[in-house]
Amino acid sequence: MSEEFKVEIVNPEKSFLVKDDVSEVVVPAFEGEMGILKDHISIISFLKPGIIKILSKSGDENYYVEDGIVEFKNNNLSILTSTIFNLADMDKSKQQDLLKEAEAEANKTDINDQSKYLADQKVEVLKTLN
Amino acid sequence: MASLDDLKKRIASVKSTQKITKAMKMVAAAKLRRAQESAEKGRPYSEKMNNVILNLSNGISDKENAPKLLSGTGQEKTHLCVVMTSDRGLCGGFNSNIIKKAKSYFSKILDEGKELKIITVGSKGNDQLKRVYGDKIIENISFKESKNANYFDADKVGKMVIEKFEVGEFDICTIFYNQFKNVITQIPQAQQIIPLNNEDEESSSEESYEFEPDEDEILSNLLPKNISTQIFKAMLENSASEQGSRMSAMDNATRNAGEMVDKLTIEYNRSRQAAITKELIEIISGAESL
Repeated sequence: MSEEFKVEIVNPEKSFLVKDDVSEVVVPAFEGEMGILKDHISIISFLKPGIIKILSKSGDENYYVEDGIVEFKNNNLSILTSTIFNLADMDKSKQQDLLKEAEAEANKTDINDQSKYLADQKVEVLKTLN
Repeated sequence: MASLDDLKKRIASVKSTQKITKAMKMVAAAKLRRAQESAEKGRPYSEKMNNVILNLSNGISDKENAPKLLSGTGQEKTHLCVVMTSDRGLCGGFNSNIIKKAKSYFSKILDEGKELKIITVGSKGNDQLKRVYGDKIIENISFKESKNANYFDADKVGKMVIEKFEVGEFDICTIFYNQFKNVITQIPQAQQIIPLNNEDEESSSEESYEFEPDEDEILSNLLPKNISTQIFKAMLENSASEQGSRMSAMDNATRNAGEMVDKLTIEYNRSRQAAITKELIEIISGAESL
């Protein structure tokens, strides 16, 4: 029996990625990292800034996301996100740009706790990449 | 009657107008293809988003305490209308169709004695509405700098709408845009986005989900995103409609210019012929009188 399922990542502009030979996906869910295997229970959760790891036969892929929603149902994983980058395509300067942006946001004083928390998360994740 | 020189000049000017409209048509056709593509590519996102929200709102346990963005404020006093139009003209009935739809909605609301607030997106809509509803327009946004519809612009509008909702500036929000059907048909749409209107959609699944964190928290995070998504969808549809409308308008203009050139050319030839005939008669009658 195959242990593979389908993953689909969409952003507002287009369908970002569709893969149907995925064996495991690790997503940075709001309450901690979550690994999803085949026949996982139906779940809806949302993401905090972090790295999505997609493990498949054709190779592993890593993506950086800033926000999003995951829905898993009938062995279909949908990830909706507005900001996503493939780590393989991301060079150092791009990372630096994002980091600067995130730091600026985290240093703002007029934002609420949740935005502050998310911005801090962004900084943390981006720092570990460098 | 116009002299030969005048006719010649008019023919030349109509021909150069025709060249411009033809070029505009070509440009619109090229842009239309891109806009249509991105409208189609953007659909999965808003559909998925809708699905998730539908599943969530079915699964929500405590309907009374549901987020206000979903259930409304319980009042229907103040209406906010977001009218989305283009920044450029020369696109046929594109803008006036939206305005017409919006205006009939406005007068309905005002007749019922409710309060009306308007946000215009795109400068053309603002130009047309400010004459009659100038005092109702609270905000005017224009994205002249951005070449294509992009999510960040939509997000800006969405965040603004939510901010206004949270401070209680309005109860119901409706967006107006043109839905792209094909090049000749665009349907003006009025879509209510706050509170969310899901009545006409059948609930697709009875399956229960596991939520992490709980439903309420997910919903309150998701609903603002959905507003931006819906606005983005409207922007994509609008930009495809605008190009389609412009293309058919310019096609018509080119054809009309062609007809005009034909008519003027015939007139020009006739009067040239008449002048020649007149000269001949003069010569012949002069020779006969000798």
